This record gives sequence, structure tokens and C-alpha cells, in this order.
Amino acid sequence: MLTLNHISKTFAPGTVNEKRALNDLSLHLAPGDFVTVLGSNGAGKSTMFNAIAGTFQPDSGQVILDGMDITRLPDYKRSKFIGRMFQDPLKGTAPNMTIEENLALAYLRASNARSPFSMVSAAERQEFREKLAQLGLGLEDRMNTVVGLLSGGQRQALTLLMATLVTPKLLLLDEHTAALDPATAEKVLNLTRQIVAENSITCLMITHNVQSALQLGNRTIMMKDGQIILELSGQRRSTITTEELLQAFHQHGVDNDRILFSAE
Amino acid sequence: MFSTAALISALELGCIYSLVALALFLSFRVLNIADMTTNGAFTLGAAVSATIALAGHPFLAFPAAMLAGAAAGFITALLQTKFRIPSILAGIITDTGLYTVNLAVMGFSSNVSLLKKATLFTILKPYLGTYYRLVPVAIATALAAILMVLFLKTRLGLSIRATGDNPDMVRASSINTSFTITVGLCIANACTALSGALLAQYQKTAEINLGSGMVIIGLASLIIGEAVLPKGKIWIKAVGAIVGSIIYRFIIAVALRLDLPSECLKLISAVIVALAIGLPAIQIKKGGKAKC
Repeated sequence: MLTLNHISKTFAPGTVNEKRALNDLSLHLAPGDFVTVLGSNGAGKSTMFNAIAGTFQPDSGQVILDGMDITRLPDYKRSKFIGRMFQDPLKGTAPNMTIEENLALAYLRASNARSPFSMVSAAERQEFREKLAQLGLGLEDRMNTVVGLLSGGQRQALTLLMATLVTPKLLLLDEHTAALDPATAEKVLNLTRQIVAENSITCLMITHNVQSALQLGNRTIMMKDGQIILELSGQRRSTITTEELLQAFHQHGVDNDRILFSAE
Repeated sequence: MFSTAALISALELGCIYSLVALALFLSFRVLNIADMTTNGAFTLGAAVSATIALAGHPFLAFPAAMLAGAAAGFITALLQTKFRIPSILAGIITDTGLYTVNLAVMGFSSNVSLLKKATLFTILKPYLGTYYRLVPVAIATALAAILMVLFLKTRLGLSIRATGDNPDMVRASSINTSFTITVGLCIANACTALSGALLAQYQKTAEINLGSGMVIIGLASLIIGEAVLPKGKIWIKAVGAIVGSIIYRFIIAVALRLDLPSECLKLISAVIVALAIGLPAIQIKKGGKAKC
């Protein structure tokens, strides 16, 4: 579904601030793969997401999504088929628009064939209601509430629904539960698991929580200095303990595990 | 206190100017851009309308004026999105340039008179009697408001609203902000130009300074409307723009009735706008709750 081909990106080249953020990075995701991404700050996790989403164009290498080379496609065109969520719950929704309007926007933007003057029908509104009900947050009865009045967790759950309302080819989750309290984070994670599984969405998720990294999805990768240094899947992934993972990481010279592991 | 004629005339002017308030609702409230093109676009609409009506096409004058207004909005949007000029400055640049354009449209004369020429209103007069001016401007305003509200529920309209509401979100979603800003400013200025076009035929004259201070008048109307109507859905806000404009015209009618010199009105408008936009900030400092 997604292939990254030898992607490199250097920020501020030729200056004292030169930073090689991605270093010949290659990654392949099969359809339905749910890959969790670990790595300390500055390892290049978010930079990899930015390269996939088109926030910048890589210096070299290719981004291929579903057989199409999107390396030079502007970000707003890519986001028709790439859903993305950030850590900050305020970033994903428009606060002065109602829940229904936010959903309508997400829905109409993602359905490609629609004219710019299309509106949502009553049937589609009903569908929004049903999907909201599945979140289990009582939002289905507050369709006309402006999103600014919702809590961070509710907004993040809504963002998740918006990103998956029309099934994206790829879902990028950038520490999307990190700003939530533990109970809410748990709830949003469960929703993520449920929605991704139901629609078999190909998904990349950055997290600092080793447990959820190993529990969610079917593959885990670790990044350092803009490269993937460790990849886990199948048997090895299901049996590895946090300590072993830590050990594997130390072999690659990561000394400060506090940055890596926020939980425990 | 008022004669019926004075009442009707305040209603008529309120309807005409409410198109400017609707335009500013779109640019200022929805897109979050203080669009200084408004002054010049209003005069442009009046100039185009008067010139074309003078040539014998009073109906063609309206679409032509709206097209001209949209073009002015397009220039401002271009300066802002492609040349990265700050939005206020972009508007002022276009507005400044429009002064010359407006003069040129009027044949390098500072005014165009339509005395004894056919206008939309003189043509309708035999059919509508006393209300020959109120009916067409009320219809135009109602239509503009309905279309605006419907438009803001469409895919493009929702995208424009999100552009003004949460730039962070928009950057991560499939919305091309250059495009939404351009469309928004084109529609807003077409609406403003239509207002100028109606006014020119209404008062049978266009004049180069017609649009001066129009941004402030429009904002004052918008804010009055927001103050008298409850917060709520988009259509309430659109109605608010119209109600606010009509109230504004009544305030002016009262002021004229009291023999207040009309030169004072712009200062009063400026104070209203400054207070209305500034008050929430003052309340925050006092520790009170800010309106959002």
C-alpha cells in the first residue's frame, strides 16, 4: 500500500544547524498493515510522517502510495486519501463549526466525485449520527454543538471519526493520545483499534508508550537518526518483553531511555 | 417622529447596505480577514453600474458590477496568497489602485449622473407603485442572504469556513487555502459591488468617494446585528447582518432628524466598531469571561 524508497531529507543544509532528519529511509506497508513507530525525540518519526503527508518534499527518494508516485504531489491533494491526526486535539477540528458541519466537511472533502457545491443529504446526516453513536460519547445528540465546547478527548475522538469517515488509503497517527488523560487516552486508543480493524485501514502510529506499541497493530518499528534500526513482527513481536526491547535499543547506542519510554 | 417616507427610505438604504455587511460577514467573520478592498469595490460597483446604465443597459449593470467587484477581490487574494502580502496591506493596495480604475470607469470624471435615464427602479415604478424601490432591493438582499447561507453549507463553503476557523486543521486536510481565500474574497467583493451598483441606480448618481469608510460602516452594521440577535446558526448571522444594517440606517435617520451634521456619522461609526471589537479584550483583562 505504502512504499518509501530511500528517502533522505536534510534541513538547513550547509549551515551550523544542518540536520539530517531522514537518512536513506525505506519502508514498505502491505494493505491492512498497522505499524507502530517508536523512537526518541528527534529520531525522525514526525519527519517521516511529514514526508508521507507532503508537508515538505524529500531531497531524494520516492513516496509511493497504492501504486501511485506521490512524491511531488502537494499536501492538500494527498490528504484526500491520507488521514492524519496530531497530538494536539485542537488541530484536527474547526472550533466554531458544529459537530455536524465538521463531519460534513470531512465527508465532502474526501468523497472525490462531488462538486464543490455539494451538500450532505438527510440520509448522510443520519449516517453521521450512527457513526457518532458508535464512539459511545453521547455526541450523536449534540450534532449542532460547536466543537469548541467539547473536551480534548471528545475532539480527538471526533477527529478520528473525521479522518476515517471515508476510509483513507493510509492513516497517520502522530501521538494522537499523548495529550489526553490516561482514561481518555485508553478510550481513544480502543476506538482507534476498533475503527482501524473494522475498515482494515493501513495505518502508521507514533507512540511513546511501549505497551501500546506492542499491543496495537501487527508490526513495530524503531527509529533513530532518520533510519529504521529495528523492526518487529509476528512471533518475535508477540513474545518480546519491554526489557528485551530496551536492550535491543541500547545496542544501537540509545542511552536515554526516559525519552523513549514515557510509560512505566 | 418619522414620516412614512423617511421610514421606507431607511429600510431601502438598510437593505442596500446590508449587502456590504453580508460581504464583511464572509470576509471578516468567516475568513477572518479585514478586507480593505471593500471601500474601492463599493465605488467600483457604483461606477460600473452608473456607466452601463447611462449607456442604456440598467439590468446588465448589475452582473457587470458584480464581476468587476469579484475581479477586485481576486487581485487582493492574489496579492495575499501568491505574493504573501499581509491581508490588510493587500486590501489597501487594491483599494488605492481602484481609485484610478474607478475614475477611469466613469470616464475620468469624479461623478456620473443618471438623471432622466432609465434605471432598474424607474423601469419597475409603473408596476410596483410606492414600493418601487423597496421591493427590488429587499428581494436582492434576501436572495443574496439565502444564497450565502446555502453556499456556506456546501463543500466549498464549509472549506472556506474552516480556512478562517482553524488554519492548523486546514493545513492537514485536503483544502487548498489559496483557493478558498480567493473564492471567499471574490464573492465578498462581488456582493459589495452589487451594493454599490444598487445604490448608484437608487440615488441616480455615482461618485468617486461613495465607498470611503464603507468597511467601517459595514462592520458597524454587522456588529449591531450580532448584538441584537442571539448567537447561533449561520442563517441567524446572515439575518443579523441585514437587521444590523437597517438599524444602522435608522440611527442615521434619527441623527439627521436631530440635525446632527452628517459629517459626524463616520466618527460615530468608528467609535462603535472600535468599542464593539475591543470590548471582549477589555473584559478578559478584568478577569471576566470573553465572548467567543
